[in-house]
Amino acid sequence: EALLQLVEKADGGVDSLDVASSIGVDHQVIVGAVKSLQSLGDVISAEQRSSKHWELTDEGTELAEQGSHEARVFGSIPLEGLPQSELMKLSFGKIGFSKAMSNKWIRVDKSHEGGPRIFRSNIQDQVREKLLLVRSGAQLEEKDKNELKKRKLLTEVTVKSYWITRGSSFSTTLTKQETELTPEMIATGSWKDRKFKPYNFEAMGVAPDCGHLHPLMKVRTQFRQIFLEMGFSEMPTNNFIESSFWNFDSLFQPQQHPARDQHDTFFLSDPALAHEFPQDYLERVKTVHSEGGYGSQGYKYDWKMEEAQKNILRTHTTAVSARMLYKLAQQEKFTPVKYFSIDRVFRNETLDATHLAEFHQIEGVVADYGLTLGDLMGVLHQFFTKLGITKLRFKPAYNPYTEPSMEVFSYHEGLKKWVEVGNSGVFRPEMLLPMGLPEDVSVIAWGLSLERPTMIKYGINNIRELVGHKVNLQMVYDSPICRLDS
Amino acid sequence: MPTVGVKRDILFNALGRSYTDEEFDELCFEFGLELDEITSEKEIISREQGDSKASGASDVILYKIDVPANRYDLLCLEGLVRGLQVFKNKLEAPRYSRVSPTTGEVQRLIITKETAAVRPHAVAAVLRNITFTKERYDSFIELQEKLHQNVCRKRSLVAIGTHDLDTISGPFTYTAKPPGDISFKPLNQNKEYTASQLMSLYKTDSHLRHYLHIIEDKPVYPVIYDSNGVVLSMPPIINGDHSKISLTTKNVFIECTATDLTKAKIVLDVMVTMFSQYCSQPFTVEEAEVVYPDGKTCIYPELAYRKEKLTGEFINRKVGISEPTENIAQLLTRMCLLSQPTGAGDEIEVEIPPTRPDVIHACDIMEDAAIAYGFNNITRTTPRTYTVANQFPINKLTELLRQDLAAAGFTEALNFALCSQEDIADKLGKKISETRAVHISNPKTAEFQVARTSLLPGLLKTVAANRKMPLPLKLFEISDVVLKDETKDVGARNSRRFCAIYYNKSPGFEVIHGLLDRTMQLLEVKAAREQGYHIQAADDSTFFPGRCAEIFVHGKSVGRLGVLHPDVISRFELSMPCSALEMDIEPFLGHTAEALLTHDVPMRESIKHSLPRLGDSQQPLPAPPASTKTVFGDLKSQEGLKALNDFLADKSYMEGFVASQADASVFDAIPSTPTQTLQHLWRWYHHIKSFQTERVRLPATKTQFVLVNACSSSEHTSDEDIDLFGSEDEAESAETARIKEQRLAEYAAKKSKKPALIAKSSILLDVKPWDDETDMSKLEECVRSVRMDGLLWGQSKLLPVGYGIKKLQIACVVEDDKVGTDVLEEAITAFEEYVQSVDVAAFNKI
Repeated sequence: EALLQLVEKADGGVDSLDVASSIGVDHQVIVGAVKSLQSLGDVISAEQRSSKHWELTDEGTELAEQGSHEARVFGSIPLEGLPQSELMKLSFGKIGFSKAMSNKWIRVDKSHEGGPRIFRSNIQDQVREKLLLVRSGAQLEEKDKNELKKRKLLTEVTVKSYWITRGSSFSTTLTKQETELTPEMIATGSWKDRKFKPYNFEAMGVAPDCGHLHPLMKVRTQFRQIFLEMGFSEMPTNNFIESSFWNFDSLFQPQQHPARDQHDTFFLSDPALAHEFPQDYLERVKTVHSEGGYGSQGYKYDWKMEEAQKNILRTHTTAVSARMLYKLAQQEKFTPVKYFSIDRVFRNETLDATHLAEFHQIEGVVADYGLTLGDLMGVLHQFFTKLGITKLRFKPAYNPYTEPSMEVFSYHEGLKKWVEVGNSGVFRPEMLLPMGLPEDVSVIAWGLSLERPTMIKYGINNIRELVGHKVNLQMVYDSPICRLDS
Repeated sequence: MPTVGVKRDILFNALGRSYTDEEFDELCFEFGLELDEITSEKEIISREQGDSKASGASDVILYKIDVPANRYDLLCLEGLVRGLQVFKNKLEAPRYSRVSPTTGEVQRLIITKETAAVRPHAVAAVLRNITFTKERYDSFIELQEKLHQNVCRKRSLVAIGTHDLDTISGPFTYTAKPPGDISFKPLNQNKEYTASQLMSLYKTDSHLRHYLHIIEDKPVYPVIYDSNGVVLSMPPIINGDHSKISLTTKNVFIECTATDLTKAKIVLDVMVTMFSQYCSQPFTVEEAEVVYPDGKTCIYPELAYRKEKLTGEFINRKVGISEPTENIAQLLTRMCLLSQPTGAGDEIEVEIPPTRPDVIHACDIMEDAAIAYGFNNITRTTPRTYTVANQFPINKLTELLRQDLAAAGFTEALNFALCSQEDIADKLGKKISETRAVHISNPKTAEFQVARTSLLPGLLKTVAANRKMPLPLKLFEISDVVLKDETKDVGARNSRRFCAIYYNKSPGFEVIHGLLDRTMQLLEVKAAREQGYHIQAADDSTFFPGRCAEIFVHGKSVGRLGVLHPDVISRFELSMPCSALEMDIEPFLGHTAEALLTHDVPMRESIKHSLPRLGDSQQPLPAPPASTKTVFGDLKSQEGLKALNDFLADKSYMEGFVASQADASVFDAIPSTPTQTLQHLWRWYHHIKSFQTERVRLPATKTQFVLVNACSSSEHTSDEDIDLFGSEDEAESAETARIKEQRLAEYAAKKSKKPALIAKSSILLDVKPWDDETDMSKLEECVRSVRMDGLLWGQSKLLPVGYGIKKLQIACVVEDDKVGTDVLEEAITAFEEYVQSVDVAAFNKI
């Protein structure tokens, strides 16, 4: 308030330093007052200034009062002289001696008995004079200033001050600005008279306190949605443990197939074996593997029950598709079906930035009379269009349980090349006919991983940051909603 | 997928034209190959061993081409070129033929009976007047390696040996001897070793050590000698040095020894069809005779051409095209499947050459027609399959619940279904035997020892990995755990769980409790003891004593919640208190209008023309089977069952190829379901069991397997046998029911032994004085002087309220039934001179 009084008096404005000295408070107090007045709006306007001036250091002050070291050396030498060793005992002895010598105020008689002896000549203490000049506020020559600065007797001090003038809404009485509208203001109508502090629209808002869904699960939700939109029913894939029979044998995957190796599949030690199978079907599967049938040559090898019984962690959700198709074949009358699933599968693989021992497989299956390879491509085209992928082409491939088999490639605009996005095929008759499905029913299917599109969608390079406990929760917090087609 | 490396310029030379990388890539794509990498030997060496090593290497450009795993005919340059040239209509597929030796003296390979114990099969052939160059020779060696790695399953199924025929003389003997008795100079070594010495020599060989295990533990090792006793090879490990082939070799003797004869024939066919190209009579192969221990002889290679007939309509219908029959025949011919319309309608006769063992069904032929037509030329159509979509109910519930749990402020985590034993047992303060966990037999690391039985370890690990994140951490997961379950065909099942944790400076039990309440609200379950949910104190080693409760829904336990035990927290490398909740969500599924989907399959085939099933409704009869005495011994004894199991090892039925009364009678002689350790018996038993409805009509027996027991056999008619069977079944289920009941009883007994649980609450009271002059110690004394049955005072402290006034905060534990908060408040406010007011600061059920 005192500041405001002063500002009112001074027409052209005042300097904060002058204000401080005139009121008799520390300059920092005035600076604080200026800042808080500024925040109230246009009460005052303040312009920052800085001025530089020279001040004596502590040593400089001492010298200004008592004389320079060299003058004190001079003063301490009696007329008859002093042994050098004695002089050096004085606090200012060493520096003063060398300076006094170079000024030729004193001389040394090295031949004097009892060691070198110092005698005084004449003196003019310029250093002290200059220091006294500075203290009185006078200006020195640049050369002298630098000399003294080098001797650490002077320092340059920058003082920041404000030039304060009246603002557009200047008033000596302070009306505090309101920060927020309150229920009382609304009730009393006082908001009409109040001034409100402006908002800083540059600042970020407060993050809402909320939970978050996992990005991989958000993508899963979208894939589920797409399948449901296309009329596909979800398969019950809640069985991670599967017998080799359903995972491999029923799919006409021979027992020596490398995928059935210890290196690729997790086998169980407890419960090690599955103990129940549809026996008639099992016999038919055995026959088609070892002897052929249903128009097939078979693999012609010794099919072993022990291999089929081995329990594993399923390597693909197609094991469930096999169960579902077998059940479909057991119906009184065949009805067309469209199935899908998105669930975990397990591979005993070497792990790296894009491979884990478990991942989610997306699978679609259509069973109907007379489906063609063209139908498979058409369904894939529709499916991938919903993912925002329209440019597709197909490469012949090999898979033990589909024939024909096709790898699905899509053109990646960023990479400017075709990249593999999935696998597909028509289930072999050796798989379908032993189940008991009618001969003219075809089953088309395709699969892809859930992790890969998610990593692309959310720009994640290391799969461990996405899946598993090493997940980066900040990434989970920050991940946007999932729209696959945009 | 095998990868074949070929030199680009040699490949283009053989193809008769050059391609740009893009053009060749395109050709590969169309044909079902993949140009995986364009590189050079120099590049490979510098990548693998550093630039310095690579300086001298060749920089000839190499194409690395991925070949489908079933196309053994494309595993070498010769095969690739042949396949592509025929595909591009630049070449007609050659016809491979087996010829007799011009000298009339056929090479013979005699198999002795000793091989049966280790590697029983062998096939052989001769390539006459072959001309090798460096490139051809390298390709010849490389093809053997590729075959060994793929179809030969790392030499376990088949091993190939190639020999310079001019250095050895037939007939050859394939036998097996104890390792000490075999001695020869192996390939590229300069002295003789015994087989045992070789096995230790090759222990350190980076390449060969992978094959040692195939024969290592066998009493005898396979070996091939010539008529002079020269060792040709010791399959599947190494050839002899004596007969090694070189660039100057003119006549090659190829032998393949195997445990799988079909594969051996395929491998031999591929070897000779690929390299007979370089014989003076191209594509002819000289036959060799293999003599079996029983005197039977076979001529190899088979080089069999098989004919299949199919229709153009079949191809058109399956692919979704409409090509004239002639065109389809041409398409197939371009895939090395020589085809011709037979003239009978749209019938096509397709000849499958010996190079294409992958063609085993008409659908394989159909695929080749589609490839030749061009997958990407096929019109994409939409099937008219009309279906109504259903969600899998448990997934539907999961999806809905996840959304609302995130809305409740919890963040979703996603953890692995596999983990270490330690995670689900030791770290949670449990014993692994209590967990019902399934165990993995071949984990590469401890991270994959078991399937998780709880979601909690995963969430705790997620917190541990995110300690830098601001507190509190509120996480949840809804996912499957895996539990052993003997009622399932595989002996295990998934269980859908919901788990949530709250990690902060204070345990926040009330937060987790609140989440439970919210979850129940979402699931439309009221808070009520009988027709709703309630929680009740429980003991659980994972939780802090006295801070764990069991969740009951409609009287059934569905999970637990509480404050985690400090030991559990520190074992997961955490430092803050943490409360958690884990429960099953399957009990909340309810009933959906749609038929419930399950992956369980019917174990008995549904018979369309259903026959009345006998025996099902019969009362159990305690009669034992007629006789357990059979030709295999007494089937009551383990020896008898073992003998029967051995008998069935290579047979489907007791006699002949169909089920007969012989099966039925032996079946009856077995007193109870055999154990799984007797696999063959077990398989047969279940198979025969499936005949129960039609067994009276099974053909009569020729052999008497069951020895009639004088006293009882005549008393039973065959009908009664069926009754017996039924009764046995019933008795069995009665037995299981009895065991189940017994277990239930034991469980109930165990439960009842636990002291009856008393519902208790922990209450924190704020007691405020009138002013700052109130003597607080006196006030506390007064409060503590309140004594009631079921009330226990706990710790207290003084907290500043303002203006120098302090309030007393004091904890107490009350038994819900005996002490109410209002009673307590009343009692305390009775000390009017000290106490201004009493408030309940916190109230927790324990």
